[in-house]
Amino acid sequence: MRPVVVSGVGMIPFERRDEDSLVDMMAMAGLRAMDDAGLGDRPVDSVYVGNMASGLFNHQVSVASALVDRLSLMPAAADRVENGPASGGSAVKNGFLAVASGFNDVVLVIGGEKMREVIGPRATDIVACMTHPLAEYIYGVTLPAMAGMFTRLYMEKYGVTRKHLTEVAVKNQENGLLNPYAHIQMKITMEGTLTHPQAHVNNPVVADPIHLYDCCPVSDGAAAVLLTTEEIAKELSKPSVYIAGVGQATDTHTLQERSDPTELKAVQIASQKAFEMAELTPQDIDVAELHDAFTILEIAESEQAGFFPLGEGGKAVDAGETRIGGSLPINPSGGLKARGHPVGATGVAQVVELVWQLRNEAGEHQVEDASKGFSLNFGGFGNNVLAFVLRREG
Amino acid sequence: MDMELEATLRPPEYPMEPYPAKVITLATGGKMVVRQVDRDVVPILLEAVRPAMEVERDYYDIVAARLYAELLGWSRYRVKDEFCIIGQIDGLLVGIVNSRMYSPILGISLHTLAIERGLRIGAHLFAAKMEHHIEYLGQEEVLITAESPIGFRRWMIEYGLEKRDGQHELGGATPFALTRELYFNNKERLVAGERPVPAKLMEVAEREIKVASEDDILEKILGAKRRKIQ
Repeated sequence: MRPVVVSGVGMIPFERRDEDSLVDMMAMAGLRAMDDAGLGDRPVDSVYVGNMASGLFNHQVSVASALVDRLSLMPAAADRVENGPASGGSAVKNGFLAVASGFNDVVLVIGGEKMREVIGPRATDIVACMTHPLAEYIYGVTLPAMAGMFTRLYMEKYGVTRKHLTEVAVKNQENGLLNPYAHIQMKITMEGTLTHPQAHVNNPVVADPIHLYDCCPVSDGAAAVLLTTEEIAKELSKPSVYIAGVGQATDTHTLQERSDPTELKAVQIASQKAFEMAELTPQDIDVAELHDAFTILEIAESEQAGFFPLGEGGKAVDAGETRIGGSLPINPSGGLKARGHPVGATGVAQVVELVWQLRNEAGEHQVEDASKGFSLNFGGFGNNVLAFVLRREG
Repeated sequence: MDMELEATLRPPEYPMEPYPAKVITLATGGKMVVRQVDRDVVPILLEAVRPAMEVERDYYDIVAARLYAELLGWSRYRVKDEFCIIGQIDGLLVGIVNSRMYSPILGISLHTLAIERGLRIGAHLFAAKMEHHIEYLGQEEVLITAESPIGFRRWMIEYGLEKRDGQHELGGATPFALTRELYFNNKERLVAGERPVPAKLMEVAEREIKVASEDDILEKILGAKRRKIQ
């Protein structure tokens, strides 16, 4: 395989973007990535679009074809990649394979979702369509409900507490305040969301033991990366950040079929594969972007990806190890919790954030001297997971 | 002014118990003082309401235009038995709610305008006016309608309100009602606040009702939309 370089990145602020269509948002992110790389008139061979549910959210399909036209990139090949909330990660993987295999030299990967076109309960229902239609969905299950059950089991097995969960929320919202692309720009406190006798009014139960501030917001947004060969990257303007490792793994569709639902096998295997390919270990990583759609996931993923022993992730949060300046900063961007989670965009946005970190361009939320980064994009409820290791050259 | 005619135009008023101020600790840890205000501060409140009349998002324009008219009408004695409660953080006005007594037993909820968003300010202030209707004015029921999907979610769904026949005086969609029973069933979950308000906090709130600039108000209502990176 040929080495693959992320030569350009672009993102638009995640938020509620009433005035922009899905294709507008993705086009803006794509243009920024091409500009960032200094691509000029060089042609793009393929465009991979990570998007989960434009047909349901926006009543629009074939968004890859629409986007390539909007960007005037014809006759570039264009495909939409759908893999639930890991659609963005899958799109990056497809772009990576296209360049690594020699099929393409320049690939634009764009992830986007416009979820705020529908009301909150409808958005929750659309996302719940990824669950098993007969074994889960018809019983009314939603992703927050699954997260609630998972959290309860994890608490009982590993001693995670609501304090640990709230610490993740407080940390990530603090980080989001430093990130101009983050949807949620608001500091929260332990007092206002947990310890005050009336904190439950501010932070009500969503699906016990998950509370409001344990959940990511529903966002609109788009992010893009331009992938090239090493040779082309050297002709462009930015420092080379390589995709050094890619891992993907799946697990059972329904949670009930797993022998231990707290064991996230797809997270473990995808992470392991990415580290093996990069010839690195979790201990080599300077910064990680994990898929904290719910606060418990940041803790569980940090353990099952190999950064902390099982049962130690919550303690690491408590000790401040995952803060910017800690031994392993996790989600300095604010993560899904604060940056937001426009589902198809998330996996791409995580890679964009890592590239900014590794180029020392992350501004106020920069992790000092970061040269190796890890991202994890969690699809379904852990049934299709992608992991990436990025490395800065030099 | 023809005082005889003015007396005819002014509606008679029921005696109304005052609403005791309270303080709510928000998710940010900030302290919001929630207190009833009188007609004399209406010109200040209108300064905060005016910019919102041009915000189409979430029906702020309709809510603000109607609230503006209701506050103006109340301040000049053209609305019967209205009351107004505000929220302030360090003196800054962050939300306004108004309501009125239709009769000694029936309340009419008018409007809720949250200037600061994302902190359940609107929900806290709405809860405060329900608290006033039921606990201090001793009413049996409050008629409520919603002009925005957010309002519908916050009031009709969160409180599980009961549908009523007829019309709310704002017109619009089906009226719903908060009964005493519903209020007390939901109180622990939805109504926050501690009394008395510490003297220092109360002094800051009463000294001045600070109003954010028009740009700040629009930015708060529209969220991050107006920030520099688009």
